Amino acid sequence: MPFGNTHNALKMKFTSSEEYPDLSKHNNHMAKVLTPAIYERLRSKQTPSGFTLDDVIQTGVDNPGHPFIMTVGCVAGDEETYEVFKELLDPIIMDRHGGYKPTDKHKTDLNPANLKGGDDLDPNYVLSSRVRTGRSIRGFCLPPHCSRGERRAVEKMSVEALDSLSGDLKGKYYALKNMTDAEQQQLIDDHFLFDKPVSPLLLASGMARDWPDGRGIWHNDTKTFLVWVNEEDHLRVISMQKGGNMKEVFNRFCTGLKKIETLFKEKGTSFMWNEHLGYVLTCPSNLGTGLRAGVHVKIPNMSKHAKFEEVLKRLRLQKRGTGGVDTAAVGGTFDISNADRLGFSEVELVQMVVDGVKLLIEMEKKLEKGQSIDDLMPAQK
Amino acid sequence: RGRPDEQALTFRRSKMTTSFTKMLSGRNTAMLLASLGAGTMATAYLMTDSNTVSAEQRRKLYPPSADFPDLRKHNNCMAHALTPAIYAKLRDKVTPNNWTLDQCIQTGVDNPGHPFIKTVGMVAGDEESYEVFADIFDPVIKDRHNGYDPRTMKHPTDLDASKITNGVFDEKYVLSSRVRTGRSIRGLSLPPCCSRSERREVERVAVQALAGLKGDLAGRYYSLGDMTEKEQQQLIDDHFLFDKPVSPLLTCAFMARDWPDGRGIWHNNEKTFLIWINEEDHTRVISMEKGGNMKRVFERFCRGLQQVEKLIKERGWEFMWNEHLGYILTCPSNLGTGLRAGVHVKLPNLSRDNRFGKILENLRLQKRGTGGVDTAATGDTFDISNNDRLGKSEVELVQLVIDGVNYLIECEKKLERGQDIKVPAPIGQFRK
Repeated sequence: MPFGNTHNALKMKFTSSEEYPDLSKHNNHMAKVLTPAIYERLRSKQTPSGFTLDDVIQTGVDNPGHPFIMTVGCVAGDEETYEVFKELLDPIIMDRHGGYKPTDKHKTDLNPANLKGGDDLDPNYVLSSRVRTGRSIRGFCLPPHCSRGERRAVEKMSVEALDSLSGDLKGKYYALKNMTDAEQQQLIDDHFLFDKPVSPLLLASGMARDWPDGRGIWHNDTKTFLVWVNEEDHLRVISMQKGGNMKEVFNRFCTGLKKIETLFKEKGTSFMWNEHLGYVLTCPSNLGTGLRAGVHVKIPNMSKHAKFEEVLKRLRLQKRGTGGVDTAAVGGTFDISNADRLGFSEVELVQMVVDGVKLLIEMEKKLEKGQSIDDLMPAQK
Repeated sequence: RGRPDEQALTFRRSKMTTSFTKMLSGRNTAMLLASLGAGTMATAYLMTDSNTVSAEQRRKLYPPSADFPDLRKHNNCMAHALTPAIYAKLRDKVTPNNWTLDQCIQTGVDNPGHPFIKTVGMVAGDEESYEVFADIFDPVIKDRHNGYDPRTMKHPTDLDASKITNGVFDEKYVLSSRVRTGRSIRGLSLPPCCSRSERREVERVAVQALAGLKGDLAGRYYSLGDMTEKEQQQLIDDHFLFDKPVSPLLTCAFMARDWPDGRGIWHNNEKTFLIWINEEDHTRVISMEKGGNMKRVFERFCRGLQQVEKLIKERGWEFMWNEHLGYILTCPSNLGTGLRAGVHVKLPNLSRDNRFGKILENLRLQKRGTGGVDTAATGDTFDISNNDRLGKSEVELVQLVIDGVNYLIECEKKLERGQDIKVPAPIGQFRK
């Protein structure tokens, strides 16, 4: 919470064990890593802006588990969170990001020329392609902790930057609290509108405060490049289109991001980034690239196959319902995307999705013909 | 359409200029830029100068006007009372528990309105909130409690149930009777603010005291986190179990943190005296029974409360109370007595009479659905209870409900017989 620091100093009059949360029924990364000893060492600390350990872990205390995914159970309130509370966050990061060590360096690669292929995913199977990431603006607290003034400043700065985009990226901003009914309906029909979070994972971390103040949606005129302002992160950047041309989607994604970054730099600020964690975002699960590249793909036979999960695991992919992370798949259409965020570059992750989805479609075709897929089984990436 | 955002931001920017001008001496270029009204861009530059921004710096970089909430679509007591001037005066203050104004008002910012009731829109984090933020709490209390002025008026407390008259209703109409209130343990922060250990301490203090109750009040405690499935089902069947709040009024006020840690239900063996621990208040105390014997319900209520108070005092604790605000609870709407005395009553004829609302208003009663405050009445059975909480004593309010419900039943009987009814004269607000 802004300004007040949730009485950190006053809690110190109670012992660490008196304050320690009951995590006996919990199954999230934070609950697996936190110990009374770590809690004791970290509970007297706070970041310069006043974010405390209890602020970091509240969402994980309040949400013991999730039906479909292993949740992280903690959030950052500002860039310094990852430093001040590294004793807790480094092991969580390691757990969540496949063994990524505190000494590892993350590679950023937003050069779309390095992507091989990706313009030829079979449109009979691939309904749409999408790449998203997030960006945080250095110097401002993150959504769990920011004040209204900071959130509005983030909005203003972002809109100024986005308004100067041109060409096929030229577009318009719709503030959530000012949009007309007609605009709102159009955004809903386009599947662009994000609404006040209902997920308890987000609500418990304080991200929905003051809704809809300072929140909005920007998109280009062709509706293929979309930016969410002040939802779960300062910015969520999305490139998308119908069909299977992931290369084009990624091209636009990289171009757009680089232009936005340039515009911010001209105004004297930058994105939160460091060579260890890559891009710094609210949820530790989105560190590194913050990138989720995915397709909606029809694989009814493959999805019923006994080896489906194993194939996904080996390809480093994950499945979701077409409604997003909190949904189950309906019919045979799945959202297939990269499982990793940190420790691989953007190009590497999109490549995995492109290659992996190609293979899944090959397998689907074989199963359609009643053939076996055993000889197509991939090695573990 | 007008661009209120731009206008507001220009206003804020010019306000920032004034603040920054005062900080000009010995500052760097970035500060200079900001002071010239360069606005948020330059401000951002200042912050990237050294990436870390302390809470203190943030206070200066964001004057209160930058943080003032947008309440234009809001309809709650806080939104009507809060002005930029009050906000500016209070924003940087903290209570001894480090609780802030923003934390008090967050629920009212996040919840513009409620379909059936005008909500208060703010909560206290501790006893001191009502004093430190008096500039906003006082007008809100006045608005909510019929003009009661905490600065000048005194609240009467009276838990002598022997004073009650005519407290047994006609059970042809009254199905059940109930009295509830809340009590806070002095020295521990309230549910929006408390840490886990404070909440556990509240639980310990309350449970220890309740264990000392005897006779018809003897009972047992069920911790929400530890109860068995069978116990849970029994409590649901008895309509005793409270669950994790889903109302955004409560969740936005941080009251559901760490659920179900430190929460539980205590009730006596006869199931007529029930305590909720660490739900919306430290304790909610409920006396109830089927039928119309409100006098007995209130008698048990007073006896139970007085015994619990005695038991906690033996261990050096006491309830939060003062002579202006009476019993201190989380929501300003529950100050004073915190008391809601009510019945479930069948009024099929009266409820269809278009004078029903006016009669209730003049009797200072409110109707709710039988599911509680967030429900609409269905069918002919209503929850009828007192409107007021502050400025009248417990005895006065319960008597008011008794007299009022008796009047409603008389109206119902008259309408049954085809006779006409009269709207009673309005009851006065505070005691003279």
